[in-house]
Amino acid sequence: MGLRCNNKLGWLLTLFIVTGLFIGLAGCGGTDAVATKTEQGTSVTESEQGMTGSIKIVGSNTLEPLSVLWAEEFMKMNSGVSISISGPGSGVGIAYLIDGTIDIAQASRAMKSTEYDQARERGRDPVETVVAMDALSVVVNPANPVNELTIAQLSGIFTGQITNWNEVGGNDAPILAVSRDTNSGTHAFFKEHVVQMSGTDKEDKTLEYGPKVLMLPSTKEGVNQVAKNENAIFYPGLGYLTDEVKPLAIKKTAGGPAVLPSVATAKDGSYPISRNLYYYTHGEPTGIIKSYIDYCLSTDGQKKVTESGYVPLK
Amino acid sequence: MQVSKTPTATTVGSLNSLRRRWRLGEKFIESWIFLAGILSIIVLLGIIVLLFKEGLPAFLYTPPWEFFFGTRWYPISEPPTFGIMPFFVSTLWITLVATVISVPVGVACAAYLSEITPEKVREIVKPVIELLSGFPSVVMGFIGLMLLSPLVQSTFNLNTGLSGLTAGIMLSFMSLPIIVSVSEDALRAVPDYFRQASYALGATRWETIWHVCIPSALSGITAAIMLGIGRAIGETMTVLMVAGGALAVPASPAEPMMPMTAAIASGIGNAVRGGLQYQALFAIGLILFLITLAVNLIADRVLERQKRKFMRT
Repeated sequence: MGLRCNNKLGWLLTLFIVTGLFIGLAGCGGTDAVATKTEQGTSVTESEQGMTGSIKIVGSNTLEPLSVLWAEEFMKMNSGVSISISGPGSGVGIAYLIDGTIDIAQASRAMKSTEYDQARERGRDPVETVVAMDALSVVVNPANPVNELTIAQLSGIFTGQITNWNEVGGNDAPILAVSRDTNSGTHAFFKEHVVQMSGTDKEDKTLEYGPKVLMLPSTKEGVNQVAKNENAIFYPGLGYLTDEVKPLAIKKTAGGPAVLPSVATAKDGSYPISRNLYYYTHGEPTGIIKSYIDYCLSTDGQKKVTESGYVPLK
Repeated sequence: MQVSKTPTATTVGSLNSLRRRWRLGEKFIESWIFLAGILSIIVLLGIIVLLFKEGLPAFLYTPPWEFFFGTRWYPISEPPTFGIMPFFVSTLWITLVATVISVPVGVACAAYLSEITPEKVREIVKPVIELLSGFPSVVMGFIGLMLLSPLVQSTFNLNTGLSGLTAGIMLSFMSLPIIVSVSEDALRAVPDYFRQASYALGATRWETIWHVCIPSALSGITAAIMLGIGRAIGETMTVLMVAGGALAVPASPAEPMMPMTAAIASGIGNAVRGGLQYQALFAIGLILFLITLAVNLIADRVLERQKRKFMRT
């Protein structure tokens, strides 16, 4: 026994623990990326019948429905290709990409410079591709009389300074602010652009989500909460809007126009909370990964973007 | 082994070779079992070593005092702050709710099973209750989300049904089977002449259960309760789904909260291996491990005492 044995077991242990942790996360979207290193590890063989191979995509919960749609279409056209997608959160996808366990990280926020540094430390070179756009809608229960809010009011609600709906023109009822957890790119994006009011003259980088804000593990659960709860407020991507919730018109400044989220208002930039959606790959995409991303960016691919409620690039 | 009374040379010879072969098989199996046993111990030790190795560096960034008593947990901010007080208090609240519900119900159920119900009913009911512990926690979480949380919200007139209370109630269902099963074993281990003596003195059945059986089995029941608590502290999926996940230090169990297990599960995906958040989450894991270890050790001690008590009598 002694050292040698311990080394081997060390590996085994890490494997056990990592798988264990993944099982813990399984509820947030079954993850099938296990701790096996696949540096660019897709077996690509282009033959006359078409492409074969597999692509592993992990990341944004927001992008998940769109990626699934793209992947289904792409697999229909190329029967030899299998694509697996899971959406526990942008941060998760980026962390996996840095650790080298997946091929594409889908993200609803740009990678941070610290994340680029971590990737480079491990000898990886993440390359960014914008694949679609999204408007972040702010939704309340249809029974809530509030129809519009300013960015500053939203910041007040999510930092916990505004706690009653009557402070923003609603009923006398406590506000239940619902957020995604820290795994989520939407959480990070909303924090920067709404909570900290980046891009307005009131920008304050020290603001944080208030301690009473609910942190939920999935976007759908947040939408369900708002559908059930008259006092709740949440910020799902445009693709998650249903008839059971009411999107609010957002004003960038108190005097500005109130704009409802839609594909058109996001595209022309008049809706203030819109953002890019990204795919990150190891280096410039090659082989089937390139074909897949090319498909996503093609006219057909961008048509799917509109169909599923997101904002196409063109 | 059958040996004929008058063995000839040949039978003795074949018997010997047979024995030798058996002995080889025995050796093989013995070493196999030994290997399995030692492996599980090494794996366990390895997990502990890993917890310490990955978790302790967190205290270089956040001093232990601030880590335990800090109330702000912002892992993805610049600079990140790690204070686990909200998670710790949440875990306490949820465990308290689970215990308050599951202990009276569990012990009463155990007393019913061991003292009152006929053997045939017990043989059916007990395995069914034990089966309850086999429910995947994600299913319990789902039930809590869909059925219990609206009920809790309307009953207690709360702002949201996702709260420590909901989580505690779901957890009480999950620790109930352990409490029932272990307490029932403890109650059945109480010698029959205790009961007979009690009845002989004119005690009713209720008095016998309350004043004789339960006190004699108390250490076993305590162990059962500790094991149930251990289960409740360590449960993750259910609390992640229904506890609400607010980061404030909860003042009452009716508030949304995030216990330690949920904090680990909801943060680990986002944490890059070896980063600050990763270390902080491992440090929470380490603390959680020490808590459950303590609870289980106490349970073990108490169970041991119960066994010794009846060995003497």
